[in-house]
Amino acid sequence: MTKEEIIQKGSLAYEKPSLLNNNTMHYCPGCSHGVIHKLIAEVIEEMGMADKAIGVSPVGCGVFIYKYLDIDFQEAAHGRAPALATGIKRVLPDRLVFTYQGDGDAAGIGGNETLHALNRGEGITIIFINNAIYGMTGGQMSPMTLMGQVTATSPYGREAAIHGYPLKLAEIAAQLEGTAYVTRQSVESVAAIRKAKLALKKAFQISMEEKGSCLVEFVGTCSSGWKMTPVDANKWMSEQMFLYYPKGDLKDITKKEKS
Amino acid sequence: MEQEILLLKGNEAVAHAAIRCGCDAYFGYPITPQSEVLETFAELEPWKTTGMVVLQAESEVASVNMLYGAGGCGKKVMTSSASVGIALMQEGISYMAGAEVPALIINVQRGGPGLGTIQPSQSDYNQATRGGGNGDYEVIVLAPNSVQEMADFVELGFELAFKYRTPVIMLSDGVIGQMMEKVTLKEQRPRLTNEEIARKYPWASIGRTPDRKPNVITSLELQPEIMEKHNLHLQAKYREISQNEVRYEMSGSETPELAIVAFGSAARISQKVVDLAKAEGIEVALLRPITLWPFPTESIRELATKVKGILTVEINAGQMVFDVRYAVEGRIPVEHYGRLGGIVPSPDEILCALKKMLKP
Repeated sequence: MTKEEIIQKGSLAYEKPSLLNNNTMHYCPGCSHGVIHKLIAEVIEEMGMADKAIGVSPVGCGVFIYKYLDIDFQEAAHGRAPALATGIKRVLPDRLVFTYQGDGDAAGIGGNETLHALNRGEGITIIFINNAIYGMTGGQMSPMTLMGQVTATSPYGREAAIHGYPLKLAEIAAQLEGTAYVTRQSVESVAAIRKAKLALKKAFQISMEEKGSCLVEFVGTCSSGWKMTPVDANKWMSEQMFLYYPKGDLKDITKKEKS
Repeated sequence: MEQEILLLKGNEAVAHAAIRCGCDAYFGYPITPQSEVLETFAELEPWKTTGMVVLQAESEVASVNMLYGAGGCGKKVMTSSASVGIALMQEGISYMAGAEVPALIINVQRGGPGLGTIQPSQSDYNQATRGGGNGDYEVIVLAPNSVQEMADFVELGFELAFKYRTPVIMLSDGVIGQMMEKVTLKEQRPRLTNEEIARKYPWASIGRTPDRKPNVITSLELQPEIMEKHNLHLQAKYREISQNEVRYEMSGSETPELAIVAFGSAARISQKVVDLAKAEGIEVALLRPITLWPFPTESIRELATKVKGILTVEINAGQMVFDVRYAVEGRIPVEHYGRLGGIVPSPDEILCALKKMLKP
């Protein structure tokens, strides 16, 4: 059987979204980015917003997201994606504008831009990938690194006296008047992926309704940075990260509207 | 709005001119001596008339990146700040130069270094004319010397920014920004529609239309061969700008013994010096660079064949003087006179410096 024979419409149980192109991704095996990229492509496609979507990529492993998703993109300076998204959304209010940022980008160097864009209630979605480490530069400590976690810049484990504490960015975002929807998701299992997709779609929809800003955090793995196998990375994430970063909706103003 | 003559501060004139020329957005952060720009926009509420966006950002870092975002969509966007804030914006300006995003950035200079002072200065000359941020790039620098020019250079700035897809800096100072003069404001021009932008600027990331590939606004490329090509493209563009966009103004004596080279408010003061010198029998020509980059090197080289010496008058410790010396190539003496820390030199002290040049 040839590849073409196998890949036929009738025998397809699963199809790649058309907005996700055929470029080979640069991500490591076991990394969460690829799955999340796919979810973004699926949701934009289902919403029929391919012509109206403008993404902003970060500095970090996600920097090349524009090579994989066939929509208009802007590549921001480290941490400044929410400011770019603000500029874009303000001059093009009918566009679907989102940023894609890691924890070093959104919570570290761009903490100020993140909080102010969210608190202004910009009609944007910040997609925030929290893998508790700087992946691209080789596994250094990030604001989200857990206590005791070993990284290249905390080789004896994160210690409060030296490094301070992990930042619960989503919990802070949920307190801001400007946010409409704040949720924490993950993509380690089919069930989690399905839930995450619904959350992402909800965020994108809310961002188009002038209700406020949205933050969708994905707790993700960095098997290379964590120096674990993909399987062990998923296990460590489930056992350690979900304890400190519990999953679920932290804020949803559409629920208040219904009650 | 029809053409109108008003009495305005330079900072106020900027806001009026921007709205009237169809600017799409202003992002800014308060800082002395230019806060009137944002204040005037807030008072004029252009979002109710032309639909122009005005937003007070959380920092200059955010303003310049909002500029990048909106400018990357092909919109006519601007910000303003003063020295300290412009220093913070350099990251964004370098990104815009690399990603070829057009935008207008106004620097109403104050004294430095550091927090310095709130008084006028021209000490950001080097920063503005040498790119200012990381990497090999240039930005077009326009130096107004009147309230009228602060208004006119908004439109000129946008024109050049879009013609060459580059950030443009209007390098004003606390004198021009704060002083009041009569200014003629042009009639209201419409903003471009999204459809017009998509047609006119096919590179804009305004939302992908089915007939084209996705547009990506980026300054990043990890393959050095491609990055070198991009850099060479930028350098070719800068050469084209250097050939086409040099602007300067000559005034004063047509048979000069000495010349002054000065820009912005220092040029304004130097006009008086030319008159004072003439009264004492000294013939002085004044060359005022209007574009500081590209610099009128050739014109100054030519001027050097007609005079015994050149004095640059700058409200700084001597920055443009090096560009003038480069132009003159050692043929005649080139001296600098300036005051620092926010002090504006008086015509008399400049005249003294000029007379010193005539002493053997």
